[in-house]
Amino acid sequence: MKNIISKKVQDMQPSGIRAFFDLVLGMKEVISLGVGEPDFVTPWQIREAGIYSLEEGFTSYTSNKGLYKLRLSISRDLKNRYGLKYSPEDEILITVGVSEGFDLSLRAIINPGDKVLIPSPGYVSYGPLTELAGGIPIYIDTKSDGFKLTAKLLEKFMHHYPKAIILNYPNNPTGVSYTKKELEKIKQVILKHKLICISDEIYADLTYDFAHTPFATLSGAKDRTIYLSGFSKSYAMTGWRVGFVCGTKEIIAAMTKIHQYTIMCVSITSQMAACEAIQTGRVCVEEMKREYKRRREFMFDNLNRLGLKCIKPDGAFYFFASVKKTGLNALDFAQRLLQEKKVAVVPGTAFGRGFDDYIRISYASSLDNLKEALNRIEVFLTKGGKGG
Amino acid sequence: MDEILEILEKDGRTPVEDIAKMLKKKPQKIKEAIKKYEKEGAILKYKAVINKELIRDANSEVRALIEVNIIPQKDVGFDKIAERLYSFAEVSSCYLVSGTYDLLLIIEGKDLRTVSRFVAEKLAPMENIRGTVTHFLLKKYKEDGIILKHKEENKRIAISY
Repeated sequence: MKNIISKKVQDMQPSGIRAFFDLVLGMKEVISLGVGEPDFVTPWQIREAGIYSLEEGFTSYTSNKGLYKLRLSISRDLKNRYGLKYSPEDEILITVGVSEGFDLSLRAIINPGDKVLIPSPGYVSYGPLTELAGGIPIYIDTKSDGFKLTAKLLEKFMHHYPKAIILNYPNNPTGVSYTKKELEKIKQVILKHKLICISDEIYADLTYDFAHTPFATLSGAKDRTIYLSGFSKSYAMTGWRVGFVCGTKEIIAAMTKIHQYTIMCVSITSQMAACEAIQTGRVCVEEMKREYKRRREFMFDNLNRLGLKCIKPDGAFYFFASVKKTGLNALDFAQRLLQEKKVAVVPGTAFGRGFDDYIRISYASSLDNLKEALNRIEVFLTKGGKGG
Repeated sequence: MDEILEILEKDGRTPVEDIAKMLKKKPQKIKEAIKKYEKEGAILKYKAVINKELIRDANSEVRALIEVNIIPQKDVGFDKIAERLYSFAEVSSCYLVSGTYDLLLIIEGKDLRTVSRFVAEKLAPMENIRGTVTHFLLKKYKEDGIILKHKEENKRIAISY
């Protein structure tokens, strides 16, 4: 049987924590801090727009690139909020979430053997999709720099002659983001070595302490940037699967070629709902952001008190906390916490090699849940902990 | 609006220590701010929001919206009459509104008769009142931003990247 599966797919490493995920999914009444999506339901007016579009009979394909109305809304929104100019005609493509946009980006630019730099820890799909596209992922361990990529660290990897680099800020799983000043320094290296920057900025709207700077807004960077974003995290629309990619005409045309054959177009219902999100959803985004920010402060204080060391995240809704002090590795910690206290977290090993001492804690959960989870973790640490 | 108020409006029982942590301030500062709001009357009181549909002995409570048409008085306009009306214990809310009538009252009583009697004996005969229209409330779906439904089940999968 094995012979019928392609060599490429056979070579893909299965996620080491799949079994742990199954364990969580098979358990009832778990308080989960292991979720990578908002705990809010999509605001009603956005859901209603989707329903209304169905009632009105919008059930057909749209153009491959996506509804013009949506591309225009995105174009205006980016211009208004960031001064970023992308033409709705040929510089924006609507994708099935950032996931598809990311896959298309790689497939559009990677030749067999091209090297792609991936700061680590990072989102789970970056490495495998790079390999699937024929590229070679080269991981940059950012642990010693507080999970931050620096120009100096990046420069050290230039002897590999990489073609592209993946940026993700605010980052999943660390919550780390970059100020404009920090990005400028990284940009210098990227431009100097003529890399393409694939910038996954899906958590941009959830940046708490400073303004988010899209990589493409840095001077000279736009033509070398593939800008990925979407509606999932800001507007609590994960299940709608709608994102977008912006780039030069050439890149968008190349990506559209693949997209038209594999996807055809994103669900029209989701696109209609996304239009509404841009038009009327900002108030909800701001309200959700304030709520996340308050939870972040609450959790940061409490995690430190419990001795789960972590840096304070700039954005997203995750803490990447060290469990080293407990004497347990990440997977054992997560497994025992689940079995003994019914609290789920994600072992850091999911996000790259060398993170056996870390867990990802999501605060996309109600304050009551967070409190109860913290109570249980506290009992676990004082009574369970090391070997007990 | 101050975030302290936003938090308390959602959950009036949030402990001061939690608010302090969430807003990165000293508990004492939060305590003082809340005291100030209470003193100024910005925070009037803390109460439980009860879904009376689920409470048997409260089910007999009857509520009605009453549109009231009035003749305004010299110098004091609608205020004086409004005051006479909202001072009745049966009146739980009282608003001056634009449109075809002037005051909107929400009346609460233990049964239909109590409410009817209030309208017939207290309200209607009052001087300066031109007319009233009474709407008895049949079912409550949402009140003050809270949807009156059983808690919704969790629809997210328990773990994801």
